[in-house]
Amino acid sequence: MSALTLQNLNLSVRDETWLDDISLHLEPGALYTLLGRTGAGKTSLIRAIAGLETLDAGSIEHGGVRWDGLAPWRRPVAMVYQQFINYPHLSVLDNVAFPLRRAGVAAAPAREQAWQTIQRVGLAAMADRRPGALSGGQQQRVAIARALTKDAPVLLLDEPLVNLDYKLREQMREDLVELLEGRQSTIVIYASTEPSEALQMSARLLVMEEGRVVQEGPPRQVFDAPASVGAARVVNDPPVNILSMTLDTDAAEVESLGWFSLETLLGVERLGLVGDQGLPPGQYYLGLRASDLALAPEGRPAVVTLTEVSGSETVTHLDMAGCHLVLHERAVVNHPVGSQIHIRPRLSTVFVFDRNGRRVHVAQPGQRADSRQ
Amino acid sequence: MKTVYLAIKYLAILLWSSFVLFPFLWAVTTSFKTANGVTGGATWIPWLQYEPSLQGWQSLFGGSGGTDITGPYFNSIIVTGSASLISIVLGTLAAYGLSRFTFKAGFIRNADITFFFISQRIMPPIVLAIPFFLLLRQLGLLDTLAGLILVYIALLLPIAVWVMVDFFNNVPRQLDEMAWLDGCTPMTTFYRVILPNSVPGLIVAGMFCLIFGWNDFFFAFTLTFTDTQLLPVAIVALNSSVTPWWSLSASALISVAPLILLAFVVERFLSRGGLAGAVR
Repeated sequence: MSALTLQNLNLSVRDETWLDDISLHLEPGALYTLLGRTGAGKTSLIRAIAGLETLDAGSIEHGGVRWDGLAPWRRPVAMVYQQFINYPHLSVLDNVAFPLRRAGVAAAPAREQAWQTIQRVGLAAMADRRPGALSGGQQQRVAIARALTKDAPVLLLDEPLVNLDYKLREQMREDLVELLEGRQSTIVIYASTEPSEALQMSARLLVMEEGRVVQEGPPRQVFDAPASVGAARVVNDPPVNILSMTLDTDAAEVESLGWFSLETLLGVERLGLVGDQGLPPGQYYLGLRASDLALAPEGRPAVVTLTEVSGSETVTHLDMAGCHLVLHERAVVNHPVGSQIHIRPRLSTVFVFDRNGRRVHVAQPGQRADSRQ
Repeated sequence: MKTVYLAIKYLAILLWSSFVLFPFLWAVTTSFKTANGVTGGATWIPWLQYEPSLQGWQSLFGGSGGTDITGPYFNSIIVTGSASLISIVLGTLAAYGLSRFTFKAGFIRNADITFFFISQRIMPPIVLAIPFFLLLRQLGLLDTLAGLILVYIALLLPIAVWVMVDFFNNVPRQLDEMAWLDGCTPMTTFYRVILPNSVPGLIVAGMFCLIFGWNDFFFAFTLTFTDTQLLPVAIVALNSSVTPWWSLSASALISVAPLILLAFVVERFLSRGGLAGAVR
C-alpha cells in the first residue's frame, strides 16, 4: 500500500510547456480524475508516470522507489489508451494473458487468470476471437481487462471511454466503477474532459490547465468553488460565462449585462462582498454558470448564434453586444439562429475572480438567503 | 442488364488473361518442339500440328548434347535464398531501429541514414562492377557462392530496409508502448509484438529481394567465371550459333517456376489485412 509522489514534474517539448511544475501525492485505494480540456496536459502527465515521456525535471516516487530513469517495462503501471489498442495477432484470451506471460507466469495459470478477468468484463463468448473481429466497445473492454490482469499498483486510464458512443460510454462507465471497486491497493488515475464523468466517478478531482494542476479536492467542492477562471471553465459543461466586471462601492457594471446595484447582483450586504472585509472596488471577472442565465421579457436583448439540443436540455449560444454568452435550459427549446431573445442573470451562484484569474469570492445569494430564513 | 454486365466483365478478364498468359503458352509449346516444329510457323496443337519432343527439356539436364543447368539452378537458389534471408533479417532489424529510435551523429539523423540505404540503389549497377570485382578478388571470393551472397546482400539490403521502414512507420507506436507497459523490453516488443504483425511487410520485402536477386544477370555475369555459374548466365550460355528455342523456352519456364510457386504460397498472407484491429 504505497503512495505515489510526484515532485516538480516539468516537461517542455519544442519550447512548449506540457507539464509545469506538477507536485502531487496520490494515495492508494482512491480514484483520481484528471479533469482538463484537450491539451491541458492530462495525457502528458499520465505518459510521464508511465515512463513514456522523458521529464526535463522532477521526480516520481512509489513505495520508496524512485522511478527516475526506470524504463516503462520496469514500472509497476498498467495503462488503457484513448484509442482501442490490442495485439492484433493474439486472441482476446491471449491478449489479456499477455502481461502475465511477460511477468513470467506459466501459460496455464496465466490463461486461467485471464479467463476470469474476461468473464468479469463480459467477453467470455469472445475469448477466442481476434480483436479485429470485435466492436469498438468490446475492443476497449479487452484493453481494460488486460490492464486489470496486470494488477499493477498504479492504473492509468487515459480517457478510455471517449471514443465510444454516448449510450455505450454511460454503460461502460458504470461497469468500470464496478470493476475498480475494492481495489484498495491500487492508485487509479483517470483522465477525462467531462465534468459529469468526474463528478460521478471519482473520489478526488485534479483540475488541469495549461500543464498545471490548478485545483485538487473532492469533486463537489471543486465544482462549488473553482479556484480560478481556468478551473471554472474546466468543471462546467456547458461552459461557464466569464464576464468583465467593474466593481464600485455600491454597484457593479458587468460586461454586456449592464449596471446592477450590488444588492441586486450579489446580495453583497449579506455576503460581505464590499465593506470592511469585502472586495476593494476595481476590475474583476464575474463567473456565471450557463444555467444561471434565464429568459426574461424584461431582460437584455441577445442574438442567438447557435442552439444545441441534447436529450432534454438546450444550450443556446448568444451574442450580446459582441460578448459571447451561453444559456442552459432544462427543456427542449428551439431558439432560431439569428432571432432575438431577452435574458437576465438568475444570480444563484456567482464567482468573482481577480484580473489574474484567481477566485476571490463565491457568492450564493439565493442559498444564503434561504439559510437565513 | 446484370447478365450483360457479367458477360462484359468476364470477356474483359478473358482477354486480359490471354494477353498475359500468351507468352507462357508460347514458351510451353515451343519447349516441346524440335527445330522443324519451331520453324513450321505458329502451331499449337501437339501431335496434330507438330510432333512433340522432350529434346528441349532433356538438353537442360545434359541430354541431347545440351549443357546441364542443374548446377547453376541450385547455385541461384542458394545465392538468392541466403542473400534474401540475410537481407530480410538485417534489414528488418535496421528498419525497426530507424523507425522507432532517434539516432544522431553530427548532422546525420534517421532520415539521412534511411536515405543512405536507399541511395545504394540510385547509382547504376555498372558503377559497382569494378569495385566489387576488385574487392572480391582481394578477399579471394571471386567466382564463389559466398562472394556472390555478400554482393547480393549489399544489393538487397537497401530494398529490405526501404520496404520495412515504410511498413514500420505505419505500425502505430502505441502498440510498442503498450507492449513496454505489459513488460516487454524493446527487443521482446520487436519479436513478440511487432514482427508477428508485420508478416505482409516481410512478404513484400522478401518477394522484392527474391525477384531482384533471382533475375540479376549483371553481377552474376561479372563476378563469376566457371565454378559458380548462376541460372541467368547459364541460360544465356545456352545460346549458340543455332538458337535452341526449345531449350531456351524450357529453361525460361523452369526459371520462373519458383517465383510463381512462391506467389501462390504467399498470396493469402498478402490479401489478409495485417494490422486490422490494432488501433481504432
